[in-house]
Amino acid sequence: MNILVCLKQTFDTEERIVVENGKVKEDGVKFVINPYDEYAVEEAIRLKEQFGGEVTVVSVGPSRAEEALRTALAMGADEAILADDPALFGDEYTVAKVLAAIARQKNYDIIIAGNQAVDDGSGQVAVRLAEELGIPHISTLTKLVVEGNQVTGHRDAEGDEEIVTATLPVLVTAQQGLNDPRYPSLIGIRKASKKPLAHVTLADLGLSEEDIRPRTEIVDTFLPKPKEAGRILQGELQDQVKELVQALIQVEKVVG
Amino acid sequence: MDFNLPEELVRMKETIREFVENEVEPHAMQIEEEDRVPDEILEKSKELGLFGLSIPEEYGGMGLSMLGKCAIFEELGKTINGYTTIIGAHNGIGSVGIVQFGTEEQKQRYLPKMATGEWIGAFALTEPQAGSNAAAIKTTAVKKGDRYILNGQKIYITNAPYAHVFTVMAVTDPSKGPKGITSFIVERDFKGFHVGSIEKKMGLHGSHTAQLYFEDMEVPEENVLGQEGEGYVNALKILANGRAGLAARCLGSCQYLLDRSVRYALERVQFGKPIFEQQIIQHYLAEMALEVETLRWMTYRVAWMTDQGMNVIKEAAMLKLYGSEVYNRVADKAVQIHGGIGYIADYPIERFYRDARITRIYEGTSEIQKNIIAAQLKKEYTR
Ligand SMILES: Cc1cc2nc3c(=O)[nH]c(=O)nc-3n(C[C@H](O)[C@H](O)[C@H](O)COP(=O)(O)OP(=O)(O)OC[C@H]3O[C@@H](n4cnc5c(N)ncnc54)[C@H](O)[C@@H]3O)c2cc1C
Repeated sequence: MNILVCLKQTFDTEERIVVENGKVKEDGVKFVINPYDEYAVEEAIRLKEQFGGEVTVVSVGPSRAEEALRTALAMGADEAILADDPALFGDEYTVAKVLAAIARQKNYDIIIAGNQAVDDGSGQVAVRLAEELGIPHISTLTKLVVEGNQVTGHRDAEGDEEIVTATLPVLVTAQQGLNDPRYPSLIGIRKASKKPLAHVTLADLGLSEEDIRPRTEIVDTFLPKPKEAGRILQGELQDQVKELVQALIQVEKVVG
Repeated sequence: MDFNLPEELVRMKETIREFVENEVEPHAMQIEEEDRVPDEILEKSKELGLFGLSIPEEYGGMGLSMLGKCAIFEELGKTINGYTTIIGAHNGIGSVGIVQFGTEEQKQRYLPKMATGEWIGAFALTEPQAGSNAAAIKTTAVKKGDRYILNGQKIYITNAPYAHVFTVMAVTDPSKGPKGITSFIVERDFKGFHVGSIEKKMGLHGSHTAQLYFEDMEVPEENVLGQEGEGYVNALKILANGRAGLAARCLGSCQYLLDRSVRYALERVQFGKPIFEQQIIQHYLAEMALEVETLRWMTYRVAWMTDQGMNVIKEAAMLKLYGSEVYNRVADKAVQIHGGIGYIADYPIERFYRDARITRIYEGTSEIQKNIIAAQLKKEYTR
């Protein structure tokens, strides 16, 4: 079974975010494998342990992402592909196109990704990738069962569980709870430095800049407003309700 | 001069740091109270490869340099020392003897299972009347055909309750003094081998220490470790080899205590301001930080010297002495800075304070380290 895992390197979730000149500052920040992608890596390794085959991890991102790929290799993945040519960077549309070009290079039975990246949280890339490839996808899995050609995914449907079946090849995305990712072993860390890690460019993938031109534009980046002290409504209950409805419509624009 | 750890070690250190922080430290209170490390934590530690640090790769271990072992021991030192000691004793005095002096057959038989942690290792030198004066051991080993018959008693043997492989020193020729001592590899299921009950200790909870009794215990001659008559020298070499690792564990604990103390001093408000604003607290912290920093570079330098094959008898003794004394001073200051909560068992500081105490005693007391240093100085100056 050939498995492709899509992986992004993100800020450690404990890091403080600092925005400077419209950009998130990266200096001195600790980077990790996007936690949802870590579930994806673990699930892929378990499938390999169960059925044999190879696990390839791929990332579209700057060269620092090599560290995240090496961690996945240390956990037990077999090879890694890093698309670190800046010409390949863009938005979710771009990344899905790039990943599709990489995925087409080999016949993968299963593609596993995280349900979303904890940095921009769009949750689009993996599903777009499946659409690009014309294969079925099941997202936000908390359990995955593969039997022969049949795939059964238990998905987290906003608190309920939905059970979806599909046939290989398939793309699935991992939700928290899918598994408990292993720590890379010491010997795994040593072996990882000897496993293949290929860097690919726009030209390698036979793509043109136009093919992958981003479809969105970032206009501004800013931090959410700091939370202000709450307000306790007072007076008659009836008046309080009125005031609350007013506030929800006008001040917070939550309903309207 | 390059003060950077190799890339591979940086990654290993980082992984162990995360493992300790997320998988061991949250259970520290439980380990302390139950005096037992949960099997699950030990199993996970084995899967990570933490039991094969000293064992060469060809026997299934990591074959780490001393630098590598110290980098990992530093991280292991940042949690409950009982857990650290199980792993430290196994990788240090528990397996180094077989790695250094074992025959190919012995290595094949013992090392692969010790590397995975299936067989835990222990080291048995101390006896009731032979502590610092280890050459005074009384356990006898009498050759009979193709085996040795051992009789005697060992005391304070770390890992004894669960170890399978013991490096045991016994007297084969009483007329030769230290040169009449031989080391043996003893397996737990040898006939005539008994483990006593677990000692109650001031600290190091989770790590267990017990007596061993040998009653006409038969050891096959192929289990002699090294040459007959070299057991005492072997024991000294094994202990010397373990000193840097022990200091690295002290270093990790000191770093932990320094981190906690700085944070606490910044947060704790008395007289309207954080106690950190009091100059005496700042000076305590500065002294702690200085000693931790000094210990760090001393540890890694001795490790590096060891890896270069240099003679480190004096330096390793200095390091063990300094590391254990610094740990005790840092722990004392940490309790002082924390005030009452530093003495309360719901909080980890008092535990480190108790755990620190043993480091000045085992694997050669502070006094004995000074004797070693002085003996080396005399050698250097009277050559
Ligand atoms: C928790 C624990 C775990 C241990 N684990 C092991 C183990 O795994 N394997 C093992 O073999 N042993 C082990 N030991 C034994 C340990 O190494 C000895 O306790 C230690 O070497 C000291 O010996 P002693 O207790 O007999 O003290 P003693 O030798 O009686 O010393 C008492 C005091 O006298 C001082 N003293 C003695 N001789 C001199 C001298 N010549 N000059 C100056 N001062 C001197 C000592 O420094 C000390 O302060 C362990 C002990 C403990 C408590």
